[in-house]
Amino acid sequence: MNNPLKIVFPAIAILTFAIAAHAAEPLQLNGAGATFPFPLYSKWFSDYSKATGVNINYQSIGSGGGIRQLLDKTVDFGASDAPMNDEQLAKATPSIIHIPTVLGAVVLTYNIPGVTQSLDLTPEVIAGIYLGKITKWNDPAIAGMNKGVVLPDLPILAAYRSDGSGTTAVFTDYLAKVSPDWKSTVGNGTSVKWPVGLGGKGNEGVTGLIKQSPGSIGYVELVYAESNKLPFAKVKNSSGKFVTPSPATITAAAAGAVKEMPADFRVSITNAPGKEAYPISSFTYLLVYRQMPGEKGAAFVKFLNWAVTDGQKTASTLSYAPLPKPLITKIQARIKEIKTN
Amino acid sequence: MDIREAQLPRPAAASAMPKEVLRVPRRFRPRNGKGPPKQIKDVHYGDRNFYYLLRFGAFATIALLLAIGIQVGCLAWPAFQKFGFGFIFETDWDPVNQMFGALPFLHGTVVSALLAVFIAAPISVGVALFLNEVVPRRIASVIGFLVEMLAAIPSVVYGLWGIFVLAPFLRTTVQPWLATHFGFLPFFKGPAYGVGMLAAGLILAIMIAPTIAAISREVFKAIPDTQREAALGLGATRWEMIQLAVVKSSTTGILGAVVLGLGRALGETMAVTMVIGNRHDMSLSLFAPAQTMASLIANEYTEATGDLHLSALAAVGIVLFGVSFVINFLARLLVWNVERGKPREAR
Repeated sequence: MNNPLKIVFPAIAILTFAIAAHAAEPLQLNGAGATFPFPLYSKWFSDYSKATGVNINYQSIGSGGGIRQLLDKTVDFGASDAPMNDEQLAKATPSIIHIPTVLGAVVLTYNIPGVTQSLDLTPEVIAGIYLGKITKWNDPAIAGMNKGVVLPDLPILAAYRSDGSGTTAVFTDYLAKVSPDWKSTVGNGTSVKWPVGLGGKGNEGVTGLIKQSPGSIGYVELVYAESNKLPFAKVKNSSGKFVTPSPATITAAAAGAVKEMPADFRVSITNAPGKEAYPISSFTYLLVYRQMPGEKGAAFVKFLNWAVTDGQKTASTLSYAPLPKPLITKIQARIKEIKTN
Repeated sequence: MDIREAQLPRPAAASAMPKEVLRVPRRFRPRNGKGPPKQIKDVHYGDRNFYYLLRFGAFATIALLLAIGIQVGCLAWPAFQKFGFGFIFETDWDPVNQMFGALPFLHGTVVSALLAVFIAAPISVGVALFLNEVVPRRIASVIGFLVEMLAAIPSVVYGLWGIFVLAPFLRTTVQPWLATHFGFLPFFKGPAYGVGMLAAGLILAIMIAPTIAAISREVFKAIPDTQREAALGLGATRWEMIQLAVVKSSTTGILGAVVLGLGRALGETMAVTMVIGNRHDMSLSLFAPAQTMASLIANEYTEATGDLHLSALAAVGIVLFGVSFVINFLARLLVWNVERGKPREAR
């Protein structure tokens, strides 16, 4: 009891630990959200950490989860494929701004015995298939625009994502835009009530369904389709041209939408104008507080500026579509609005 | 009377004893006449502390269950408030129009689990009988080990196997055969996709078979050999012996095993999600795709953006909780029954 060392030793231990912890702690930011840009973000964050020593943690828990965590203030930033709605934004204190980082697309992949060419599909056909109105592959609506292709007399099996996903949100948003019927009977969202078809969990679940059922069609992300060498269809865009999805045509869709871009970037670019625009494209966003604490804020603003400029080169190598040039200057102006104190 | 005792002060009455001594839990207090007298100061602290530690563990488990119930209940409250009790009987699930009902998923969960049990129960009980009554012990232990290995395979592996092997096999071989021979029944109508209720039921059956087989084996082991010898001694054949001495006296035990298997089938998520087809429909046909409660929650929870959608998913969780509770309660009841019945039968 009266041994002074009994007090001194723990005190020294605690002090050393505190100093060591403080000295060794690098700046660390935490984020959570969308799964679609995860491969790119993890590359970005590791590159950026090597270059600057700023650690950014990212958990790909899904857009919905990312938005919830951001609203609960358990993370420093969020990420989402679909922009937040007004109701969600109203709940946020401090307010949140959307920074588009990169673009993606949803492609239609299929398994039709004997067909190896790329199919041409119109919005009417895609909506017709998913509404259950077109049920056979040799339907005149499909055969009419695919003259050189021998389409079998096979029932169409439409596959969809059973898990709530940004991919579904983009796809249904597109269908709601091109088909009034779809808009009134189904609508758009991360999960919808599908009129026909089978559900698979995740891109891999949908791909599994398609691979094992002849006569099936489904939608997956372009990045996923390319890395798994799946065939995908050309889709007719708003200018009447059949466009193959690729980073260039997706960027063209964003460029077409720049003119009418709202100041907060919360916009859907499905069925965008532009001759080369692939119609089922979308932005993916980082969700950032307008007001960020000093050191963290400054580091994150630096990161954002890096991501929309140098980071875009990494994006193309991973099959993500880079942002169009005119948009980048607009985004940089927006990043300046983030207050760090 | 001893002179020394007379000189000592009399021991105080039990009621006047210091409280500290009496704080020993009742079960550790000496029983009438046996063990050391109560007034001994030397309490076994180890026993006492161990008792409190165990009691804390037991109550913490119950508290955890309650906490989960309350948490999920609070989350589910808006959905129950909006849709009332009818939530369970409503067939529409439409996140876009904010309409939610749990009946298709209740149907999917119950039908897939029952289907699994109907397939798995006879097979697993047969396996248990074979291992316990027919083959030599050494071979039995090898086969038993292999059967129990099935329980160690992760469910996602079952799911992958289901989607790439089982579903194509069902689509090309089993379903056309069923449709041509039994197509007049409502259970085998409609297009054959491979994935669907039948695939889910089969996957679940394979997953719960080891559980049912292992418990049935324990039940058969509990039957005394004298009973078997008596049956054989009365001139029974081996089949009659199994029928009379083994199966008849362990019916409730087998039932308990089956119900525990059913409980597992109700909660299985990943493997089912991958093969059931994930459609929010109800159909009599086993070829049709469906959806279960656990699979729906796993599918939609992460991207549920609307508050009501989230709440409805939690409400589905509560319904699933209720169904599992009822099943587990039944299982317990049966197991108690068999425990009470055993000594009487063995006598």
